[in-house]
Amino acid sequence: MAEVLVYVDHVDGAVRKPTLELLTLARRIGEPVAVALGNGAADTAAALAEHGAVKVLTHEASEYADYLVVPKVDALQAAVEAVSPAAVLVPSSAEGKEIAARLALRLGSGIITDAVDLEAGDEGPVATQSVFAASFTTKSRVSKGTPVITVKPNSAAVEAAPAAGAVEALSVTFSEKATGTKVTGRTPRESTGRPELTEAAIVVSGGRGVNGAENFAIIEALADSLGAAVGASRAAVDAGWYPHTNQVGQTGKSVSPQLYIASGISGAIQHRAGMQTSKTIVAINKDAEAPIFDLVDYGVVGDLFDVVPALTEEIKTRKG
Amino acid sequence: MSLRIVVTVKYVPDATGDRHFADDLTVDRDDVDGLLSELDEYAVEQALQISENSDDDVEITVLTVGPEDAKDALRKALSMGADKAIHVEDDDIHGTDAIGTSLVLAKAIEKAGYDLVISGMASTDGTMGVVPALLAERLGVPQVTLLSEVSVEDGTVKGRRDGDAASENLEASLPAVVSVTDQSGEARYPSFKGIMAAKKKPVESWDLSDLDIEAEEVGLAGAYTTVDNAAERPARTAGTIVKDEGEGGKQLAEFLAGQKFI
Repeated sequence: MAEVLVYVDHVDGAVRKPTLELLTLARRIGEPVAVALGNGAADTAAALAEHGAVKVLTHEASEYADYLVVPKVDALQAAVEAVSPAAVLVPSSAEGKEIAARLALRLGSGIITDAVDLEAGDEGPVATQSVFAASFTTKSRVSKGTPVITVKPNSAAVEAAPAAGAVEALSVTFSEKATGTKVTGRTPRESTGRPELTEAAIVVSGGRGVNGAENFAIIEALADSLGAAVGASRAAVDAGWYPHTNQVGQTGKSVSPQLYIASGISGAIQHRAGMQTSKTIVAINKDAEAPIFDLVDYGVVGDLFDVVPALTEEIKTRKG
Repeated sequence: MSLRIVVTVKYVPDATGDRHFADDLTVDRDDVDGLLSELDEYAVEQALQISENSDDDVEITVLTVGPEDAKDALRKALSMGADKAIHVEDDDIHGTDAIGTSLVLAKAIEKAGYDLVISGMASTDGTMGVVPALLAERLGVPQVTLLSEVSVEDGTVKGRRDGDAASENLEASLPAVVSVTDQSGEARYPSFKGIMAAKKKPVESWDLSDLDIEAEEVGLAGAYTTVDNAAERPARTAGTIVKDEGEGGKQLAEFLAGQKFI
């Protein structure tokens, strides 16, 4: 059976959820071989084996943290040369897409980004993408070289599928260009204790109607009652009420949770582009004409300052 | 000292219009009005700010690859304050994918001459966000991308990249490829004077032969990816909408419980 390379997104050895989802998709195409780089690379092996990795190629070097993108491209290229895989799958983060693009160019391969589903096909893996603010769905494949495909979070379920997960050291020689862009400082984001926005099963977002940074507390309270991540519309972010890292939409994150709750968000195209593929959509808005109501499974026309706290209270009561 | 900046821009169908695919599964560029991709305005803006903050002699060239109408995008960038423009136009380019586009742009950037390339974070139609990384790979220069802050001094570009896990400070020597996000600073509106001045600024037209690119290397035939089909997403079935008369929160909780979210 052909091998499929999976690039591992991890923080000091802790594998992030989208990588485990990639293993589910990789198993549809062949045998997953994971590539883990940088500090803690070998510590990823147990989680990866649990979810289907037959092999885990690892390499630790300070270059991965000290220089931008290129060292990781060098390593992934070395892995492709060692394994000759049927495809290379990379999580669709900003960095993941950059790594994948440069790798594809070096391999003389095509690249598909932001796939939301992946299946085996007669002429190689077929990727499903959501385009034009998720108003269209396309099916595409790479027609030249080894397919390089980036996949969005929440595109597949995490499945247990125990495999050997044998750790092997990957031999990497960094290219001359690897040290071109130096990372001179790094400020880790403070943890909010809430789930990662793109990975969360439930997202609660606030928009213009929230009307002030201090009022986001009621959005956060609702999110916490559901164990959800907090999102914000561009209007709320531009007004300075909530950080840009939480922005949902075309120029922010694109999310696809089981449940999306939009509060005080009208539903402009920029926002819809980032949340339209959510499974269940709920909205609370004062304006009955707001375009967000065209998307909802359930909508409440009303003042979010009445409805959201009442909902939070009711959830807490029901959960006991 | 002089600093040559090339800003890559894209002419895209208006995102608020009814975008769709043509029969050959390329983006239909005829039925929806086009414009300079909003995210590229931030790239033009940062080029202008670098120029304004520099003691060097800075020349800003805007570069686009696209059909005849793509000149509108160049005109907008020139009216914001860029100095000159290059339009790469060739019938054989129709259907080119990201890998091919990066080839055309890289050849044009080399021909134009550059110290710094500035791009937007992504186009608003394709939304891949990979062209800046591809340009850096092709040009063999450092990639300093997705910056929310950028500055150039003494042949060095510095910037801040706000990622999911951390905010990073980056630094590289010129020449380099930079991309900027929509957090980098509001783009200026063209002034009346700028609009008038833009009419007199030079716009060069190049085709594939000017760039020593063969027709087979680009276009649908040269593409590295194939779109097999494109289907309009079925409209979501109309949901239940209630008016809050004091019970809205409870009714919503009831719905969520029915869907097993609570």
